[in-house]
Amino acid sequence: MTGLSFDLIALQLFAGLALGAIYVLFAIGLSLIFGMLTVVNFAHGAFYMVGAYVGLYILMLGGNFWVCLIAVPLVVGLFGVVVERFLIRPLYGRGIDYPLLLTFGLSYVMVELVRIAFGKSGYPFDTPEILQGAVDIGVGYFPLYRLFVIGATAVVLLALWLFLEKTSFGLIIRAGARDPQIVRVLGVNVAQVWLIVFGIGTAIAGFAGLLAAPLQGVIPEMGGTILAEAFVVTVVGGMGSIGGAVLAGLLVGVVVSMTSLFAPEMAKVSIFALMAVVLIVRPQGFFGRAGLMS
Amino acid sequence: MQSSTNEVIQPLPGAQASPVGWFELAKLHRASLASLVVLVFPLVMPFTALAANILIYGLFALGFNLVYGYLGLLSFGHAALFGTGAYFCGIAIVHLGLPWYAGIGLGVVGGLLMAAVIGVLAIRTRGIYFAMVTMALSQCAYYLFYEAVDWTGGENGLRGINIHQISVFGLKLDFINPLTRYYVIAAFVIAAFFVLSRILASPFGAVIEAVRENEARARASGYDVTTTRLITFVLSGGFCGLAGALQALHLSIVPIEILHYDTSGIVVMIALLGGMGTFFGPMIGAAAFLMLENIVSTWTVHWQLIVGAVFMICVLFFPAGIWGTLIKRIKP
Repeated sequence: MTGLSFDLIALQLFAGLALGAIYVLFAIGLSLIFGMLTVVNFAHGAFYMVGAYVGLYILMLGGNFWVCLIAVPLVVGLFGVVVERFLIRPLYGRGIDYPLLLTFGLSYVMVELVRIAFGKSGYPFDTPEILQGAVDIGVGYFPLYRLFVIGATAVVLLALWLFLEKTSFGLIIRAGARDPQIVRVLGVNVAQVWLIVFGIGTAIAGFAGLLAAPLQGVIPEMGGTILAEAFVVTVVGGMGSIGGAVLAGLLVGVVVSMTSLFAPEMAKVSIFALMAVVLIVRPQGFFGRAGLMS
Repeated sequence: MQSSTNEVIQPLPGAQASPVGWFELAKLHRASLASLVVLVFPLVMPFTALAANILIYGLFALGFNLVYGYLGLLSFGHAALFGTGAYFCGIAIVHLGLPWYAGIGLGVVGGLLMAAVIGVLAIRTRGIYFAMVTMALSQCAYYLFYEAVDWTGGENGLRGINIHQISVFGLKLDFINPLTRYYVIAAFVIAAFFVLSRILASPFGAVIEAVRENEARARASGYDVTTTRLITFVLSGGFCGLAGALQALHLSIVPIEILHYDTSGIVVMIALLGGMGTFFGPMIGAAAFLMLENIVSTWTVHWQLIVGAVFMICVLFFPAGIWGTLIKRIKP
């Protein structure tokens, strides 16, 4: 195996972590929304795509990447709040399939609206100047922007962890995920909590879309592919588990990255093979509670 | 004493004469009725190619409805079953040089096989997980067929499934003629109606609905819930594989998009639009969906916007679908 040095493998591992970071962010939003609202958000990919386009629009207006980092989650999250309030809320109590079907229809509408506004073809998304180039990370030169993606993901995860574990609102969210009935009895406005959780989940999806934009460009269909892959992440990690989403997201990123080094044509198939193995060995995923889905 | 006993034995006045109502009669002959509609459909539908498309997607939705409407599992991976049927049929004709009917046979086998593989993995999960796992596995099928360029043509699709003439029991039929083509397809769809109606009317059909209605009770009654689900999913694969094979013959090409997750979404929309868990719903849904798509795409390229919006309105306000809402009104 000439040319496959330890350094190359280590670099590819880091590239996998950067890719995995995007999966982690995407899957965490999905998991948060499911864990709390028991809604599988099929429009999550569309929110991700909208995040990238909002970023693009801000850049067109003359803003810079740092403005995007703040504005994109706010705009996309606000949009998510509106969607929850007016489209998903009427469906609570009508069976678990209905919100899923509704968000599926919504994703069609969102993708088509973006096509109308920005055209069918994609756009390149420039990496911010300060994050261009590569840095030596000990095993070789690694693109600075990918390092930034890993760092930004870590910051979001830390913030989310602090929010969920250390604030009283986070306590309500965690309690609501366990037993919304009891939380409601205790006098908490659960509907409002759900609204905010949906907003946070979609905000993180938009943020993930923005981070992914400089890596792969921006096209209206960018959300569809990652949605299927994020489902793999949630199945592998265990639905509704944040820790599971983080571990499985990074694992999936590394698996894709490694197979594209050794057998590029199998890169896409490999993650589904991973899911198949997990389903056979441990159907509830790494951190999923057995029987949660019944 | 005698008279009082007689009173007890006497049936209640309402139940005394219970002639079979027209509704029950229609239900009993649902397959024949559906076949009749299919046979006269070209007379009211001027675009025969579209009519054939409606038949094929209706059959696809019929197979999907078996899993979603009757078994109660939402699958988002039915594109894989439909697409495998189409590819198997195409490969049989283009690469193996087999006759058209062998192509259809292999298409059904392909649908059954793919359903067995996806089913074995996805049945291990329950509830909402099922939608996600089936979608992911069908995406995997997409990549597998995409990479197998020698067999499937990869990105360009499988071309050259040219059937000009077919012979049935010595009778030569011109498959280029749209109307002949429609009736050849209709023959298979009608056969599928009768098979499906028989399955649903059988004791096994009752078990399928029992599992949907109450899993715990079905299990307590001694039925193997997991096996019932798997068998139903595989049966559904057979219907969808047949639909895929007919689609390959109808289009003379199998585009790779047939395996895309949009195809899975379309069949979900069709079933919901028509009315899930009803016998006629899928066909009516296919007619409504494809006509809507046809009409909208003549005046805007953004037909997905309209289709998505119509679907959302259906989910919000008409979850029973066209036929489901209608049947509630007319049911005596």
